Amino acid sequence: MIYLDNAATTRPKPPAVAEAVAAAMAHYGNCGRGVHDDALAAARSVYAVREQLAGLFGCPRADHVAFTMNSTMALNIAVSGLLGSGDHVISTDLEHNSVLRPLYRLRQQGGAVDFVPAGGDGAIDYGDFEKLLRPNTRAVVCTHGSNLTGDLVDIGRVGAFCHAHGLLFILDASQTAGVFPIDMESQHIDVVCFTGHKSLLGPQGTGGLCVREGVDIRPFAVGGTGVQSYSETQPEDWPTRLEAGTLNSHGLAGLGAALDFIKATGMDVIRAHETALSRRFYEAVRELPGVTVYGDFTAPERAPIVTLNIAGLDSAEVSDELAERFGIATRPGAHCAPRLHRALGTTEQGAVRFSWSYFNTEAETDTAADAVRVLAEEAR
Amino acid sequence: MREKTEKCVVTFRTTTGAMAMERLCHAGGLPGRLIPVPRTITAGCGMCWAAPPGSREALEKLVMREHLDVDGIYAIIL
Repeated sequence: MIYLDNAATTRPKPPAVAEAVAAAMAHYGNCGRGVHDDALAAARSVYAVREQLAGLFGCPRADHVAFTMNSTMALNIAVSGLLGSGDHVISTDLEHNSVLRPLYRLRQQGGAVDFVPAGGDGAIDYGDFEKLLRPNTRAVVCTHGSNLTGDLVDIGRVGAFCHAHGLLFILDASQTAGVFPIDMESQHIDVVCFTGHKSLLGPQGTGGLCVREGVDIRPFAVGGTGVQSYSETQPEDWPTRLEAGTLNSHGLAGLGAALDFIKATGMDVIRAHETALSRRFYEAVRELPGVTVYGDFTAPERAPIVTLNIAGLDSAEVSDELAERFGIATRPGAHCAPRLHRALGTTEQGAVRFSWSYFNTEAETDTAADAVRVLAEEAR
Repeated sequence: MREKTEKCVVTFRTTTGAMAMERLCHAGGLPGRLIPVPRTITAGCGMCWAAPPGSREALEKLVMREHLDVDGIYAIIL
């Protein structure tokens, strides 16, 4: 199988990731529940991963990295813990349901939400952020990169807008963390929500949020913390305020190994490789008869995603044909991005998404392009 | 049981605070180790840093310099 569904989850992971998870499962006790060697081994490992992530995102405090199962959970915690009735939020049409559904729920709870619209080409106009501003606007919640088209949002520009108007900036970095630079200080980001299993190359079930000091998110889940056991309320100290229950120290050990791999390999090297492969594929398929590619390929940088349709074919049918006949894994359908599909006019057809990781090759990419060529010719 | 001697004990509000302390003490060559919090002390976190009494001044300086999340610093017999 040629795996080109890395925007859903990267596969394979660096070998050190599984090795670290296995070692953790063999040796770790429970992080923060006891002071014997095995419990301390887990606690030290978890703390080291906090430090790695704080360094990755330019967060001055490792104790402001809180772990969750994934980006969706992190976004739920950030939205529900910072915003409420009477607050207005600006987001975009590029968002995944992990952003949209928490915001729709906020709206049901008395909040207000406006979306910067995407055009038929999937692009947004940054001037629209200013137009949507209200006296009660409290935050911008948006993605760094569309999981559907791979188009990036200029987060430095959005961060500057937020900074100028005193707004919180909550960033969904699901598709970009580990591949594209993110700096909370210079880009004025208050909360970075990340998942471990995509571009960070770690295990599923790892993720979290990196929070600016002073942005005190209300606790989401409450429960066992291993500290302040006689308090009836969740401790307010970081990161415990957002971490109820046993942490996934096994998975986080794997995430730590993945972060080591990214650092040793170089984010720039990874990005250049993935970009080269996705561009190579784009150039090979863009002018094939009947093929429509979505997104802006004139941008200097974009996530390694190429999403397309072939004539009027059902994207599910095309993806299944790619898998069964050519051994190529892609994702069809709606991609949890309903607003962008409406903008692109692909709600009925869906779209076939090809997405790359550092472990893909030119040969795999060329095989995938040839398969699209065959299907396009057959569709004529 | 071991013979009891005076120790300088630093307590924390979170496990993360204890981890930061341990990391910095090791990096700075300060003596001590993490142990369970004894019952004579009330602390938020179940682990504390226990060090020889002579290291108190150095530990206090470290806590101040690094803005460590400590609950208290005690001199007790352990």
